[in-house]
Amino acid sequence: MRRLPRSVHPVAWWIWALGLAVAAACTTNPILLLLLIGVSCFVVLLRRGDAPWSRSLRVYLALGAAIVAIRMLFRVLLGGPGGGTVLIDLPSIPLPSFAAGIHLLGPIYSSSLLDGLYDGLHLAAMVVCLGAANSLANPKRLLKSVPMGLYDIGTVVVVAVSVFPQLAESLGRVRRAQRLRHDAATSRRHLVRMTIVPVLADALDRSLALAAAMDSRGYGRHGSASSRRRLLTGAMTIVGLIGVCVGAYGLFDERAPETRRWPVFIAGLVLGVAGVVVSSIGRRVTRYRPDPFDLSAIGVAAGGALSAALMVWATDVAPADLHPDTLPATWPVFGVLPLVAACAGLLAVVASPAPVLSRTREATA
Amino acid sequence: MIDLQRLGVRYADDGPATLADVDLHIEEGELALLVGGTGVGKSTLLGTINGLVPHFTGGRLSGRVTVGGYDTRTHPPREMADVVGRVGQDPLAGFVTDTVEDEIAYGMEQLAVPPATMRKRVEEVLDLLGIAELRARPLAALSGGQQQRVAIAAALASAPSVLVLDEPTSALDPGAAEDVLAAITRLVHDLGTTVVMAEHRLERAVQYADSVIVLPGGGAVRAGDPATMMIDSPVAPPVIQLGRLAGWAPLPLSVRDARRAARPLRDSLTAPTTTRRAPGDVVLQARGVTVRYGDRVAVRQVDVDLHAGSVTALMGRNGSGKSSLQWALQGSGPRAAGSVRVDGIETASQRGLVGLVPQTASDLLYLESVDAECAAAGPQARDILDALAPGIDGAQHPRDLSEGQRLALVLAVQLSAGPRVVLLDEPTRGLDYRAKAALVEQLDSLAAQGHAVLVATHDVEFVAQAADRVVVLAEGEVIADGPTAEVIASSPIFAPQVAKILAPQPFLTVDQVARAMPDSVAR
Repeated sequence: MRRLPRSVHPVAWWIWALGLAVAAACTTNPILLLLLIGVSCFVVLLRRGDAPWSRSLRVYLALGAAIVAIRMLFRVLLGGPGGGTVLIDLPSIPLPSFAAGIHLLGPIYSSSLLDGLYDGLHLAAMVVCLGAANSLANPKRLLKSVPMGLYDIGTVVVVAVSVFPQLAESLGRVRRAQRLRHDAATSRRHLVRMTIVPVLADALDRSLALAAAMDSRGYGRHGSASSRRRLLTGAMTIVGLIGVCVGAYGLFDERAPETRRWPVFIAGLVLGVAGVVVSSIGRRVTRYRPDPFDLSAIGVAAGGALSAALMVWATDVAPADLHPDTLPATWPVFGVLPLVAACAGLLAVVASPAPVLSRTREATA
Repeated sequence: MIDLQRLGVRYADDGPATLADVDLHIEEGELALLVGGTGVGKSTLLGTINGLVPHFTGGRLSGRVTVGGYDTRTHPPREMADVVGRVGQDPLAGFVTDTVEDEIAYGMEQLAVPPATMRKRVEEVLDLLGIAELRARPLAALSGGQQQRVAIAAALASAPSVLVLDEPTSALDPGAAEDVLAAITRLVHDLGTTVVMAEHRLERAVQYADSVIVLPGGGAVRAGDPATMMIDSPVAPPVIQLGRLAGWAPLPLSVRDARRAARPLRDSLTAPTTTRRAPGDVVLQARGVTVRYGDRVAVRQVDVDLHAGSVTALMGRNGSGKSSLQWALQGSGPRAAGSVRVDGIETASQRGLVGLVPQTASDLLYLESVDAECAAAGPQARDILDALAPGIDGAQHPRDLSEGQRLALVLAVQLSAGPRVVLLDEPTRGLDYRAKAALVEQLDSLAAQGHAVLVATHDVEFVAQAADRVVVLAEGEVIADGPTAEVIASSPIFAPQVAKILAPQPFLTVDQVARAMPDSVAR
């Protein structure tokens, strides 16, 4: 029997995409990078729904192309170290002494240009992988799967995110209306004020209306939890998060004292998790039609994780395959392991069922 | 079900009381309609029912409000959510999620309804309000009427025993408003929900009400049977005004009842004398105006002439191209083809030939006081404002003005440039009967001064009083253009209540009837 169209847990898609992005971060081999981009596009085309955000892949592809172009342009403009064949010998423009170390134009070496291309592709591949996740899973739905203790913060983020399109809309409307005023000579002085006052007033009105609506619909019912307990759990969560931040900073800073590394990180993590857990005990909120984290979700996530794991392994086994030489320029070659790693993301297509399209939904309704 | 005992509300300690000494009891399963002008405390009264007043708005509340056994003194709105559902004026502003299904489920999620029950209830309310086919659609892509029905569905899904609606149809076109009111009456009949509703469109709503709560102003409240309460209510739809004029008892509330009572009146009336203004010469001449947004054609080769000294109404459903046409006529909106000339000058090339009051009129205002706005607009602005709406305090902040006063202010700002053509986009939105009557007078005086006026509106009663000529748009094309009486009286949708009651006699407004009435019938 064919599997029914169904949506896969959004977290699974994000794990998959992050896996591919990690794989892309491990290599500068252009063929592997193009393979990774190809894999993510292929999966998106087969598995995306027809919601507005599903159409966003094009934007990320364009962004990727722009990154590559800018990287290469800078290599041409600023010259840079390199060797090998000189492609074009442009005259170098001397700069005054305060800009020592920077020189404009100059000879363009093939290796320098190739480095720019590989670098750009490296970044573009990561952007496209994350863009793929965005088109496959609504970022707002992702927020719905946060643990119960973070539910309030999740709602705040959702509301904040939806403010931006509204602000853009009211800004456009106000600008259009202001052009109708004929007293243009005096209004040029007030240009900022003329747009900001009505837009902010509008935003304030809207947020008050939203707050009243949410209050009337039961948002923030704390049931039996006392205000003292709420204060305690809130403090625990915040102190925990600060601890995690300090610890994470210490982990990457090699000169940080030992005590500011793992101990702070772990203590912060424990405190934060405890705060979230304790505050979710008293909460009584249910979820409407949650996506289950089932076998297909595990399969999807595994595809991305496998891709990342194999590529990380390949950095040990076959480092030369992942970073092809540009001086002298050689045709990038690689063995079976990186190839398998790059293609492992395709498992997601096998693991996941077809997406639900609203057209098919209407046909069955 | 709902008990208000000696309720008083005041927002400032030294200010006047918004509500004073209100004793009110609303039975279970009743549809209670709040009637009153703007600013008499309708929203405040509605807010006290689920505790938004004073928990959310601030202010001082005296007396006692109990709903379904809960006292709002000890229960803030979120704890009342399972008893009282609330629907506001602008549905889009109250939406928390982004698809229809999620929005309906949101309230139940907060109340911790078990997932299986939640699933079942979502399907039930989707069917109850006839929006099942919209379930997966993004909320922002729905029409106003659909959004308001989703908002009602979302409030109903938590199965509250009381539903509070604050002017649910004020932002909708007549068809959508009809849908929403039909949905509300079905709830009262099928579910036994107690509904308390404030509503401007009394002509549609009053016939369904079980009781009417009149707020005459000054904080007092009277309640009772609709037919008795409407006799001296401060605001009344045309059907009631006609009933009062003819002295019908009991007062008919629906067009159907009024038609039966009107038989003797119909026979005694002679055809109305035409008091129409004679149109002057053509001021604005538009030929082949086309507006397109990408592939969508909003206005398709429209020809319009506007005459000096006349008021033209522009009608049509939402999305039929009314706003696009007005912006194109003004000259600052996009126009793909065609020409618009005022006295031979192309409007796109010169500002100030045409004044436009946009749909959200307050977008034009940005200063702290009425005087500052007038000073910025020009030397005559204050005089024009005083002529349009006398007695506005110059030190007031424009946002504190009433809907109608703010409209007059924007109109004055636009008129101070001395345009011969004035366009108004949906000015009647959110106006009560008194403000609408004031607007009719303002437009009359503009026409008397020789302006050409074009008003886009959904409000047929307003058109019957204000307009000399009606242009109807559908899908961006002009489908009717002629004198008001001919265009609207013959249409089943656009006919005003008086025309429906007195057909085949060609009356449109209560004023016309009053003038034509023989004295013997009048008293």
